[in-house]
Parts: sequence; structure tokens; C-alpha cells
Amino acid sequence: MANAENGERDKIIVRGLTKSFKSGKQETVALAGIDLTVPTGEFLCIVGPSGCGKTTLLRILAGLESASKGEMRIIPNSEGLPINSMVFQENSIFPWFTVWDNVAYGLRMRGVSQEKRKKAVTYFLDKVGILDFKDFYPYQLSGGMKQRVSIARAFANEPEILLMDEPFAALDEQNRLILQEELLSIWEQNRKTVVFITHSIDEAVFLGDRVFVMTARPGKVKAMADVPLPRPRFVEELKGNAQYRELTKQIWHLVKEEVQRGQDGNKK
Amino acid sequence: MEIKNSQGRKHLILSILSPILILAVWEVASRLGVVDQRFLPPPSKIAVALITVLAEGALFTHLRATLFRVLAGFFCGAVPAIIIGIIMGLSGGIRAFMRPLIVISYPIPKIALFPVVMLFFGLGDVSNVLIVSIGVFFPVLYNTMGGVTSIPRIYWDVASNFNAQALKLFLTVALPGAMPSIFTGLKLGVGMALITTVVTEYMGAREGLGFMIWFSWQVFSVGEMFVGIGVISFIGFVLTTLVERLERLVIPWKA
Repeated sequence: MANAENGERDKIIVRGLTKSFKSGKQETVALAGIDLTVPTGEFLCIVGPSGCGKTTLLRILAGLESASKGEMRIIPNSEGLPINSMVFQENSIFPWFTVWDNVAYGLRMRGVSQEKRKKAVTYFLDKVGILDFKDFYPYQLSGGMKQRVSIARAFANEPEILLMDEPFAALDEQNRLILQEELLSIWEQNRKTVVFITHSIDEAVFLGDRVFVMTARPGKVKAMADVPLPRPRFVEELKGNAQYRELTKQIWHLVKEEVQRGQDGNKK
Repeated sequence: MEIKNSQGRKHLILSILSPILILAVWEVASRLGVVDQRFLPPPSKIAVALITVLAEGALFTHLRATLFRVLAGFFCGAVPAIIIGIIMGLSGGIRAFMRPLIVISYPIPKIALFPVVMLFFGLGDVSNVLIVSIGVFFPVLYNTMGGVTSIPRIYWDVASNFNAQALKLFLTVALPGAMPSIFTGLKLGVGMALITTVVTEYMGAREGLGFMIWFSWQVFSVGEMFVGIGVISFIGFVLTTLVERLERLVIPWKA
């Protein structure tokens, strides 16, 4: 479904995307010609060895950094909506705002009316189960609750696409599993296009429609794996699913090759 | 909870105890002649002096003059310092441009500029307030600027991701992010304002607590001198407490 260059269903189109950093006379290539097409409404997960440029790719998609070469397009569906909202790794919610003001942030910056704002913020705070904590400040919240605020903030902004940079990496196992399911349940209701970065293969397979495996630095496309598992998905059911186990095994092999290649590369 | 309360009470008692203890030792030492009573009169005699000055009404004149200079100097120094500090914190270019000027003028003892200022503005409140505001300006400026530059990058990324620009960026990231440091600067500024006010009053004033202290010294009215010192330290205490109250009000997100 990704072959129609300008197909109506395509949301994100990336062609030959290259990013290099210069420090002094040395040039480090972080991304070397990424081609990627993400159809509307897809949940795409990106995995790869650490340092492969996953985060750089996401930051370019978010407009926080610019590409050195190549093309990146996000095709909007409707006028006036923000292009993307990002869920960051951790501690990205403003400590000086309450839960409520944090979630309302994007809408406030866009000048959305107070009435609409109130509706959207209430809806998503309720969805992530922290409506009762709306007047709390971040220092009063646990790590899991902070990430719920961050997720609600991104969804409430109603962006064309959602970008997530290892949002659960800093959480403990139990919280991670619970938040993964919560994220899926919100996503299944509004089917935004999501690009989700993770170092956890389990997480990628559990969440994604497809898993994009990146090579060690410089980051390129290593493989693209379809995840044909039915939705809604639940952690405890998938753990016993043979197809799920086979997929995670295959992807792990791909990633492992790259991790080893990256280490060999470093030794030279 | 109960343990915390009883410990809180214990700490309160301890913190009241230390000044009382000092005063008691002072009283006894002075009365027994361990220290010369003429130079260090016992607190009870200073209290009598306080009542006398209060009754004469002179203290209020001095207090009013000093308070005006401290507060006017504090505001005239702190407000531009916060504005310039935030601008310098936000823009590397402006920071580079301003830095040499700030670095050169910062180490000058502000009081050394007093004669220069008096050349321009003569003897009077304008000169006094100007020196006080210069004294307040620097600690507030440095802390504000440092507060802005030390805001973690992630918050700028978030703001940029949510398309916050110009005034909104200033109001939602720069100002609240720098607020704790701004208050550190303001608290240092209170101390600076008191010091510079008193010293300018030593040299160029006909009223004010600094003048009162200096004049008492010249006529060897040691009791009154200590009254002046005590009242100044009381003003410092009140102002610092007010700034701390304000801080708690303005920064409710601090644990």
C-alpha cells in the first residue's frame, strides 16, 4: 500500500532523507537516505540499535531539526490543524503548569476557544484516567501519571500525526504495560497516524501495524515488518500468541545483527 | 504527622531561643562590665533609647526616608534587571553584546559611583535611589539571566513543537522557568538595597536611618546608634519575609 507515491491514503512521505552533523572537521552521518511511506491511520513503530538515529528521524519529522538532504512531507487532511504533536521521553510536562494547563497547552497556543478547550482537555484527561488530578502540579505526580499527561497533551492538540519518542522507556514494567494498553485504546478510537520510537521489540510488536527496523549508524532502512495481529490487543493474550512470539524473534534477529555490526564498526 | 508537628514546634522554639540567648548574654556581659558599657550598652538601655526616639517622632521621619529609598531603589533596579535578564537569557547574540559591559561594571563597588552620580543629580533622593537601584540591578540581572539559560532544553522543544511563539513563549516558558532564580536574585537584591541605602545616607542625606546612625556616632549617642542598626535589621527581616511570601504565592509548583 505504500507504492503509490502520492496516493490519497499516504500521510507521511520520506524520500532519501539524510542527516549529518558536523563537529569541527569531522562529519558524522546520522541518517543515510531513509525512504519511508506511512499511510493515514497507521501505527508505525521504529526500532533499531541505540545511536542509530531513531530520535533524529523523529525530531526531523517533528520539525525540531532539519534534514541535510532529501524530502519529507506530511500531507494534511483538514485545514488549520497542527501538523504534529510529540510525546517526549520523560519529564517534558511543564513543572510550572497544573495537569490541566499542561494538557490544554497546545490548544491555548493555537488560540482555541475556552469552551472547546475545556471539552477536549476533559475528554482526554478522562481517557487517560487522571481527571481527578487536573489541579495537581507535576511534582505531585508519579512517573506514569506524568506520561499520561504528556500523552493527553499530544492527543488533545488534535494533530495530523502523533510522534512518540520512547514515551514509556523510563517507566517500570507494570506501568509500561498498563500505559501501552491505554495508549492503544485511545488510539483505536481516533486512529491518528502514529510514529512511535522504542528500543523494546515487544513494545513495537504489541503496538504497531508495522515495525520499521533501522540499521546501526548511519541509520538506513533495514527491514519493514508487517504485524498482522488482530486488534484490540491485550498484553496477556499476546504473550501466549505464537505469531507474536515468532515476529518478536525475527525482529530481534534483525536488530541483533545491527547491534553487533555497530559494535564491530566501533572497534575499527 | 504528629511526629512532624512536634518536631516543627521544637525547631520553632530553638529558633526563638538563639536570639534570646544572645540578648541575655549581651545584657549580662554589659552590666557586669565584661564589655565597655559606653560602647556596647545592654539591650535594656537600647530599648529605653528606642522608646525615647519613638516618642520624639524622629524615628518615623528617618524610617520613612529610608523605606522610600530602599523600596524605590529596589523597584527601579529589579524591574529593568528582570526584563534585560530575560532578554539576555533568550538571545545568545544580545548576551554576547551585553556581556563585556556587565562584566566590567559588575565588580565596581556601587558606592564608588556615588560621587559621580551626585555630580549629575546633586545631593538628594535622586542620587540615593539611583545608587540603590544600581546595587539591586546586578544580582537580579545575573540570576534572571542564569534562570533563563538553565531552563532545560526539553521545555523549549515542547514549546516549539506546540508552536508557541514570541509573547506566548515568553509567558509560558521563559518567565515561569526563570521564576525561581528571579526570586533568588530578588532576595539578594533586598540585602543590596539595604546596604547601599544606609551607606548613601552616611554620606549624602539629612535624614534616614543611615544618617541617624552616623549622626549618633558623631555625637556619641551610642544607644540611638544601636536603635538605628536594630531598625534596619528589622526592615531587612520584614522585606525578606515579604519576598518569601510572594515567592510562595507566585511559584506554587515548587515542592
